[in-house]
Amino acid sequence: MRVADQRRHRLLAFPARQSRASGALNRITDDVALPLDTGPGAGWLAAFAVAATALLVGIGCVSYEIATGIGVWGLNRTVGWAFDITNFVFWVGIGHAGTLISAILLLFRQQWRTSINRSAEAMTIFAVICAALFPLIHMGRPWLAFYVFPYPNSRGPLWVNFRSPLLWDVFAINTYFTISLVFWYVGMIPDFATLRDRAVAGMKKTIYGIASLGWDGSQRTWSRYEALNTILAGLATPLVISVHSIVSMDFATSILPGWHTTLFPPYFVAGAVYSGFGMVTTLLILTRVLMHLDRYITRRHLDAMAKVMLLTGSLVGLSYATEFYVAWLNGSVYERATFFTRATGPYARLFWTMVACNAVAPQLLWFSRIRRSVAALFVFSIAVNIGMWLERFIIIVTSLHRSYLPSSWVGYQPTAIEVGTLVGSFGLFFTCFLLFIRLLPMIAIWEVKAGCLADAHGASDV
Amino acid sequence: MSRTYLVATFADSEALLDAVTTARAQGFKIYDVYAPCPIHGLDEAMGIQRTRLPYVTLVAGALALAATIAFEFYAAVFDWPLNVGGKPDNSTLAFVPIAFEMTVLAAGLATVAAFLLRSRLFPGAQPPLTTPGVTDDRFAVALRWRPNAFDTGSARHLLVQSGAIRIIQTASDL
Repeated sequence: MRVADQRRHRLLAFPARQSRASGALNRITDDVALPLDTGPGAGWLAAFAVAATALLVGIGCVSYEIATGIGVWGLNRTVGWAFDITNFVFWVGIGHAGTLISAILLLFRQQWRTSINRSAEAMTIFAVICAALFPLIHMGRPWLAFYVFPYPNSRGPLWVNFRSPLLWDVFAINTYFTISLVFWYVGMIPDFATLRDRAVAGMKKTIYGIASLGWDGSQRTWSRYEALNTILAGLATPLVISVHSIVSMDFATSILPGWHTTLFPPYFVAGAVYSGFGMVTTLLILTRVLMHLDRYITRRHLDAMAKVMLLTGSLVGLSYATEFYVAWLNGSVYERATFFTRATGPYARLFWTMVACNAVAPQLLWFSRIRRSVAALFVFSIAVNIGMWLERFIIIVTSLHRSYLPSSWVGYQPTAIEVGTLVGSFGLFFTCFLLFIRLLPMIAIWEVKAGCLADAHGASDV
Repeated sequence: MSRTYLVATFADSEALLDAVTTARAQGFKIYDVYAPCPIHGLDEAMGIQRTRLPYVTLVAGALALAATIAFEFYAAVFDWPLNVGGKPDNSTLAFVPIAFEMTVLAAGLATVAAFLLRSRLFPGAQPPLTTPGVTDDRFAVALRWRPNAFDTGSARHLLVQSGAIRIIQTASDL
């Protein structure tokens, strides 16, 4: 019943009426859908081979550890937490940048985030999966992991200890993972609809059709949808701060010198954002090269992320200085000795590497030439990842290995199994991420379009 | 019961906004507008009321907060008080973090569920009207057609005047 099809001639009669935006919108769909429609390139295959191999190493190490017991790790009676918990805190921190980009920058209406938020959220999900695995395998008997939930049990019921920060962690990580996953999926519904309508037929259309939940682009739905996104962002913002604060309380509520400080929650949150942005920068630079998305991941994005790292890196540097100052000021000999050992003891080299990566290196970002150089930022982002991993290692190990009783002072060396497990977690993370960029729309199509329309209309208003 | 709609497609969101404003000014009711992304100012032009989703968030969050605090109190004080380092059974402050996490979890999930229910989004859902291209780069406005109560001629005229590139009359059983 195309009654008025002939009216199309108006297009020819009034070419000015057709907005510049329209062609641009179609191009956004095509650009983002291209990697999903074509086969993988050599770069992707090579990266996937490396990541999957690392994952297999990790699976091997974890299987061996579970079959044998956590005695295969280098832990001893003094150092009861080391590599494993370091990895946990490291991965949780990585995840925080994704939430910051998707939630906090949404609330602050930072338009630049639209082309990177989807991949940053994906990074959050995968990082939290990696993080959650570590406490799980640290239990030694992970099949009893459900003991951490307060469920009616035949032991009384004996409830969990609600005063313990370790239990707070269970709730924080689970809530964080669930809300991040839901937020991520909700954000993709309109894009699944775009891909569904674009797919010709077959499995792809069916899968995208199911995932799109019958989305038809109705403005009445869009209206609610935008409200929903704002609400979720408003919930995720305090959530992300609570998660790393709670992680820091795993340490801060103990009475161990070097851990027992009220500085920890803000210090950990700043560090988490710093490390997370380091990882986002690493990933986006790799994606830019592998998937040829320089039009969407521009130098402007890298510049903005570098500025966030400059801010949070400086906060981390300030926290280091504050810790030392307070240790000197508060008059506790144990506190002083712990910090003195940190800077001069057996782990001094790691400590100074950490200071160089986290406190000194970000100061280079004051120079716009470094912020805008892709190569320099890539090197810097790797340094951030290393520095922030070391930070957690130093906090955990240097406080534990020499505490109150000199008779229990020992050293700690990780075993090959522990290193293999860390390698495996990177393998898991990158395998997931590489699959994500091939299977899901890695740029939020609808958000980039909304930004494009706003730009076009802003321009026509002038 | 079959319903009939007049669906006009636009290549430009400004033209669409124009058409919606004019149509409403002339007394037509806008059934819906379809677009690849939310359009600024369209809610006002269509007369869409503010969503009530935030109330769902508030109620679900408040209930979860109260329920979690109550449960923690019940478990730690009444059901099985456990002396951990001499801390009081009712360590209310220590109950806050978990209560907060449960509040966020319940509020978030309830809001998403309410959104999906209200918007009738579920796996395998069939939208009543589908217009090609509205998830890519086209914009469409749908007017509900009623026998004897709808001036098709003037509707067509105003849509064409606003820059519609295609107008179709379509029926839907949903």
